[in-house]
Amino acid sequence: MECVFGLVGDGFALVVADSSAVHSILVHKSNEDKIMVLDSHKLLGASGEGGDRAQFTEYIQKNVALYQFRNGIPLTTAAAANFTRGELATALRKNPYAVNILLAGYDKDIGPSLYYIDYIASLHKIEKGAFGYGSYFSLAMMDRHYHSGMTVEEAVDLVDKCIMEIRSRLVVAPPNFVIKIVDKDGAREYAWRESIKDTTGAPTS
Amino acid sequence: MSRRYDSRTTIFSPEGRLYQVEYAMEAIGNAGTAIGILSKDGVVLVGEKKVTSKLLQTSTSTEKMYKIDDHVACAVAGIMSDANILINTARVQAQRYTYAYQEPMPVEQLVQSLCDTKQGYTQFGGLRPFGVSFLFAGWDKNFGFQLYMSDPSGNYGGWKAAAIGANNQAAQSMLKQDYKDDISREDAVQLALKVLSKTMDSTSLTSDKLELAEVFLSASGKVKYQVCSADALSKLLVKFGVTQPAAETS
Repeated sequence: MECVFGLVGDGFALVVADSSAVHSILVHKSNEDKIMVLDSHKLLGASGEGGDRAQFTEYIQKNVALYQFRNGIPLTTAAAANFTRGELATALRKNPYAVNILLAGYDKDIGPSLYYIDYIASLHKIEKGAFGYGSYFSLAMMDRHYHSGMTVEEAVDLVDKCIMEIRSRLVVAPPNFVIKIVDKDGAREYAWRESIKDTTGAPTS
Repeated sequence: MSRRYDSRTTIFSPEGRLYQVEYAMEAIGNAGTAIGILSKDGVVLVGEKKVTSKLLQTSTSTEKMYKIDDHVACAVAGIMSDANILINTARVQAQRYTYAYQEPMPVEQLVQSLCDTKQGYTQFGGLRPFGVSFLFAGWDKNFGFQLYMSDPSGNYGGWKAAAIGANNQAAQSMLKQDYKDDISREDAVQLALKVLSKTMDSTSLTSDKLELAEVFLSASGKVKYQVCSADALSKLLVKFGVTQPAAETS
């Protein structure tokens, strides 16, 4: 089942997500990218109902882009997080989206930051966080091994520990994961951790 | 000839002009002057209070300067009843922005949203344009201190020093002559008072005919909007030697 987690390191933030598209007990696809590159310096890791996830993250991405075109300056990570929360909150009492979001970003003056936004529109600024069944294990691993000011190597090592724990302890563990990172040079894909190769569908970007 | 096109705001005259908009700008030319100067450590706004009657109770606070948000203030020249409407929308816009993003609204966006409203009244029929010009003084984290001037057509621009209202051209040309880059806030106050003293019709410059407001960063790094008290203003006028005794000038 779904695993999305992230953490803030020294000068960067990273987000990890499983890449399984699941319906009931069936796995339809195992190379579904659940981390959207929101803009040049933001990552949006999302878990939740597939349709809602795609619709809502794309809606946020387009609005952030519109802001940038209109005003010539990008939204800060904090502003984007608050905007996202606001959209979820207004939708909550009408036709709610079932999405949980980890928003990681890098701002020149502030540095890296990570925000936790859940489907009932609560917002927290965090150092490490997780959603889904995988959170039981990844949160535990991060509680034990996370410390502030981690290097990329240390952080990726911790991510691998989390993935290892999920794969060995979770009955419905997803096979593949994607790791994305954001730092002063921008947001980008860092690596995949695949235990089976999905050759059926084209990977989504 | 041009009469046919005068009464319609939304219709161009054959020479390609919008008369109602031009008349609105004319109306502003009769209003009290307001001057804004951008300095390296703040923005200064000064305004001339028009004393219409001795019997009129002049408001104790400011009547030309308005705080829009914690980091933006404006000075007005023109029809005050029109201005109140626009100031209200500006305040609403600023709060809507903070509601959406939990951050103060960038100054230019605020000016732009207000000018969009102004522009609408020059294009959509049956209405007259707002007879107001604004000077906006503000600070944001992207571009620091900023000064903007807007007119009834909805045009706006960023300025280092600007004047609106009566004698604005004379004031503008004096500012052009005396403005220096990296001017300090204190020097900016002096320059603004000097220019105003020379362009005002009244013979003596006293604190009850003036308003002075500043936007600057306080020692703690927070943006501050401060209106100068009448006492402090009187002292400044003496200090800068711009008070002229009434007898001398007559």
